Amino acid sequence: MGKQTIISVSREFGSCGHRIAERLAKNLELKLYDRNMLDEIAQTKKIKVEYLEKFEERPRNLILSRRVGNYSNSMEEIVADMQFEYLREKAESGESFVVVGRCAETVLKGYDGLISIFVVGDKDKKLSRVEEKYKLNEAEALLKMRRHDKKRKQYHNRHSDFKWGDSRNYDICINSSKLGWERTEELLENYIRKRMK
Amino acid sequence: MLVAQILAVAIFVIMFLLIVIDKIERHHITLACGLFVLVAVFGIAMRNVDAIVETLNLRSIFTLNFWYAAGEAEESSAGINWSTIIFIAGMMIMVEGMAKAGFFRWLCMRLAKLVHYKPIPLFVTFMIMSAGLAMFIDSITVILFLAAVTVELAKLLKFDPVPMILSEIFCANLGGSATMCGDPPNIIIGTSLGYSFSDFVTNTGIMAGISLVLVVVYFFFVYRKELMTEESAAIDPSTLPDPKEAIVSKSHFAISCVIFGCAVVMLVTHAQTGLTVALIGMVIAVITLFTSGKDALDILKRVDYKTLLFFVGLFMVVGGLEQTGILEIIAGFIGEVSGGNLKLMVAIIIWVSAVASAFVDNIPFAATMIPVIKSLAAAQGVDLETLAWALSMGTDIGGSATPIGASANVVGTSVAAKSGHPIGWGKYCKSAAPATIIVITVSMLFIFARYC
Repeated sequence: MGKQTIISVSREFGSCGHRIAERLAKNLELKLYDRNMLDEIAQTKKIKVEYLEKFEERPRNLILSRRVGNYSNSMEEIVADMQFEYLREKAESGESFVVVGRCAETVLKGYDGLISIFVVGDKDKKLSRVEEKYKLNEAEALLKMRRHDKKRKQYHNRHSDFKWGDSRNYDICINSSKLGWERTEELLENYIRKRMK
Repeated sequence: MLVAQILAVAIFVIMFLLIVIDKIERHHITLACGLFVLVAVFGIAMRNVDAIVETLNLRSIFTLNFWYAAGEAEESSAGINWSTIIFIAGMMIMVEGMAKAGFFRWLCMRLAKLVHYKPIPLFVTFMIMSAGLAMFIDSITVILFLAAVTVELAKLLKFDPVPMILSEIFCANLGGSATMCGDPPNIIIGTSLGYSFSDFVTNTGIMAGISLVLVVVYFFFVYRKELMTEESAAIDPSTLPDPKEAIVSKSHFAISCVIFGCAVVMLVTHAQTGLTVALIGMVIAVITLFTSGKDALDILKRVDYKTLLFFVGLFMVVGGLEQTGILEIIAGFIGEVSGGNLKLMVAIIIWVSAVASAFVDNIPFAATMIPVIKSLAAAQGVDLETLAWALSMGTDIGGSATPIGASANVVGTSVAAKSGHPIGWGKYCKSAAPATIIVITVSMLFIFARYC
């Protein structure tokens, strides 16, 4: 693969976005970066990965942290900055990869090879998937879904100039419930292969 | 008037909340709130054009007293304090020039070399240097360079930088309290109430000096185990960076040292020479830009104009509280609670300022409290200076107690965390909160003994 390709996959909770990203990475033979990038960051910085995980993709605590210019002492923002820096380094090195979440479509904006995707899903389909995956009843699943989506939205909107899920800022927004996650992945893969040419 | 008072308080509270929430840049918040004060409070509710003119305070800039004060000059605290803004802008330009020349990194590396990179002497030296530099330079710049060098040395010498960074942060805040130009609340207090550099040094400076001795001993005692372990590690000095490498340009370095020296001399002697801090700020800015040649534009671009605009808006909002008489009501309340007892007034001001500054920005707090202590002193017939020193120490030192209390804390903990040494609230407060209590208690007792 000559041309650099960076695929950013943002997703609603329960929309199978992560699973689609995994399959894309596998089929396109690209490295997948998600929570796993924390392992490498933790190793470089000599911090326990479990500690960093507590603050990953979370909005900052408004009361317990402050920002002065470009410096923030919110661990949520520091972990986010570490991940953004990590992604920028990977992109700068010319590597092609798939990245899930982490505001990647904003952080890596400007790279020619960036293909940004946002995966949504029908509420009932997402609910039944969350119920099944986490063994929850409908009310619990709904709460979990709302909680995660709210956190992702707050996290994204804090670090980006545009709103989470705003179709004007992604190359493709797709509802995975219509075709099912596997056929959605196929469709996206086709699109990406055409863009890669 | 009641509507105007309610509006002024509401705008002030909203401004504070928006600053805490930090969703919008803080200079946008204060400027918007300031504009709202001018239009809604003064224009619509009070229909008072004089209040707008007084709050904008532009006329003061065109008076001789603003630039040169032959006698004891007292500037009105009403409205925008342009002296503070011009002085801070001048210092920012000077500090940018010094940083560009490599001054701060050179100083840190030079002192580290002088103490042969031994952790305990390094720990003590960096604490004293932090306090010393913060007496003349803003604590954010001091900590930015000190924390970065500490992390770099910690990596090379294999020690934990956290104890050192925490003690440096505390000392930067403490050093800032010693002089008129060390910390923004002091600049505002000094320019608003007409106190000189030597007034501060001979009052808050003595308190800060006594406290520094106690704090060095305290932090050494708290971190003695870590320091003793690290002390035994063998170091090969040849593997460490040469301080000279930090100097970007020898000529600029020499010039920035001279400008810094001149700034210190002008500040120390300004009560005798009659030069106001506004003039000093303007002179050092012009000299720095003039001697920077083609870098002048770059230095100007790097000036933190957002902070300057933040001050402009903030003074307008506080002006709203002042013109509507809210601050007099607060002063009356403190007077009533203390029953005219000066010791009680000092205790209330120093501890309330300290606790408030530990959680909210100490600059708006100090700006609000200045007219309060002025009214309090006038109404109760007590010495304004005594209350001013209590306010200064309370706001400057209170901010040291928590990671969000002062800008230096935020920058220091951020630099530490980014380098892989996160400092949570627990770790921070464990050493800093008792140190803050010690210094506030010492300062209060000093004020009791000397003035009450």
